[in-house]
Amino acid sequence: MSHDDPLSASTLRDVSDVDPASDPRDEPAAPAVPGQVPAVPAGQPHAPVPSVGHRDVIDDAIENPVFVTEKLCVSYGSSPAVLDVSLSVPEKQITAFIGPSGCGKSTIIRCFNRMNDLIPAARVEGTVRYHGVDLYGGDIDSVQVRKRIGMVFQKPNPFPKSIYDNIAFGPKVLGMKGSMDQIVEQALRRASLWDDVKDRLKDNAFGMSGGQQQRLCIARALATNPDVLLMDEPCSALDPISTGRIEDLMHELKETVSIVIVTHNMQQAARVSDRTAFFIVDMGSSEEARIGRLVEYGPTDRIFTNPHDIRTEEYVSGKFG
Amino acid sequence: MTTATSRPVNEVLGVPPAAHRLRDTSFVLLLATLTSVALIVLAVLLIDTAIDGVPQLSLSFLTSFPSAFPAKAGIESAITGTLWLMGVVTFVIVPLGVASALYLEEFADGTRWWNRMIEVNIQNLAAVPSIVYGILGLAYIVRGPLSLGRTVLAGGLTLALVVLPVVIITGREALRAVPPSIKEGALALGATRWQAIWRQILPASIPGIATGVILSISRAIGETAPLILVGAATFVAFNPTGLDSPFTALPLQIFSWISQPNDEFRMLAAAAIIVLLVILVILNAVAIRLRNRYQQRW
Repeated sequence: MSHDDPLSASTLRDVSDVDPASDPRDEPAAPAVPGQVPAVPAGQPHAPVPSVGHRDVIDDAIENPVFVTEKLCVSYGSSPAVLDVSLSVPEKQITAFIGPSGCGKSTIIRCFNRMNDLIPAARVEGTVRYHGVDLYGGDIDSVQVRKRIGMVFQKPNPFPKSIYDNIAFGPKVLGMKGSMDQIVEQALRRASLWDDVKDRLKDNAFGMSGGQQQRLCIARALATNPDVLLMDEPCSALDPISTGRIEDLMHELKETVSIVIVTHNMQQAARVSDRTAFFIVDMGSSEEARIGRLVEYGPTDRIFTNPHDIRTEEYVSGKFG
Repeated sequence: MTTATSRPVNEVLGVPPAAHRLRDTSFVLLLATLTSVALIVLAVLLIDTAIDGVPQLSLSFLTSFPSAFPAKAGIESAITGTLWLMGVVTFVIVPLGVASALYLEEFADGTRWWNRMIEVNIQNLAAVPSIVYGILGLAYIVRGPLSLGRTVLAGGLTLALVVLPVVIITGREALRAVPPSIKEGALALGATRWQAIWRQILPASIPGIATGVILSISRAIGETAPLILVGAATFVAFNPTGLDSPFTALPLQIFSWISQPNDEFRMLAAAAIIVLLVILVILNAVAIRLRNRYQQRW
């Protein structure tokens, strides 16, 4: 497999993870999702490979996955956007989704916290399991899902309020107990933003630079102690220095949260991620007939140095995309 | 290697066709002329009113009740009547307008025929002449089901109906001006739809909503026709004492004085027009200031 530290660290954790009852170990303050723990099948963490459509897509087992998708298809109206995506997202690692625009990587990441619910025409088929729970099951409340799974968007979207209120909003709507000042400070520290803003917490967040705004959005997502952080091209609107700071931040954060990042930028995927999924867009006869597919998924170093699929190789070597 | 001598502009860029410049200039002149026609008409009206009205303005004019004698007549009851109407209108249009705008913008499924029908109807109602609302008010508010009589409440409710469509439309625009990313951000943090709307979208749109409300009130203040129809009195020698009190209002007082044969009353009407204009300018200034100061640039 891989020889880098995060992977071996996670392997160690996996050993201590044999008991699935120890599930919410890292988030003492996080609200429990009703029905979550009992719904985790005991055998799940040991299942070597989830059933997948493309056998060559996934070349190694992921133990104790955060997300497992099976034959996930998303369509907008009558036209399918992404077809047949089956993959497992490991815990406490960074998983990158790369691919040319229109390949559906953002669509897939938005299935992980049910953001696609906001688009009335979007239809999701197949399953997305989060710690074994089917996120699109009939009894799942999407609000409960989003409490556990934070998200950072392409364009920084701070609320038009003070820095403090931006962070405090999530904990307030979740009814988190404890000193709000402490929660805010901790979240800002985790996003390594505290020293930049500690003297102007009451200032409007719109006065910050773009990179600071994006880190504020990360801090805002962290304030609710999520289990997973989804990042949808978080650096595409930022300059290289801000991008570097956010990448450093991701490395620190993966100690405590699992991260899924969608990125346009192959180098970014290579720098930050432990695993990479490469998507492609099948050009149809018209604009609407474009369909995204998962081509290859595996450890990042293998995807970039020894891809199995010729399309992956051409993409990572810069021949198209 | 640099050349010290610069070549003539026309040699480098070519000679501009004379017709282009002529067309540009004449177009600007045409626009300026048309604009000045509108401005001149307005200026003449204002100056004419000011010449007649300014000499009549005095503290006693503002604090006297109407009288059969021009020298004793004033507009206190008209001002207080207008203030009462403004109060009723505000009280009605803010909750109704904001709630309707929120429903249509955030909850209504635009693909359903009844929601589209509501939308089209509101657009239409905004353009219905106010006298039609006066007839409605007379039939259903003054008499008919509500039977409130010729009271402040009846007049205020009728004026509220006149401006409600505009409040709803401007309210929807203010809500729409909040980018969807704000709602997404709130929902992604685990907020419910209600929390996202109540704590993020609505606060962010308040300056826009308030601007619409103020402009609507200033329109309601100037309305005369519906008040005539709902039967507001034109000669009221006392201030309204409550919602069930008879009343008059500034535009009604002006209308009543202008229709008097006596020239001195027309001077008083001009003075009342100035007072009304000053109130409107103040309201509009507040609205503009609110918009410029608090409106979020996304």
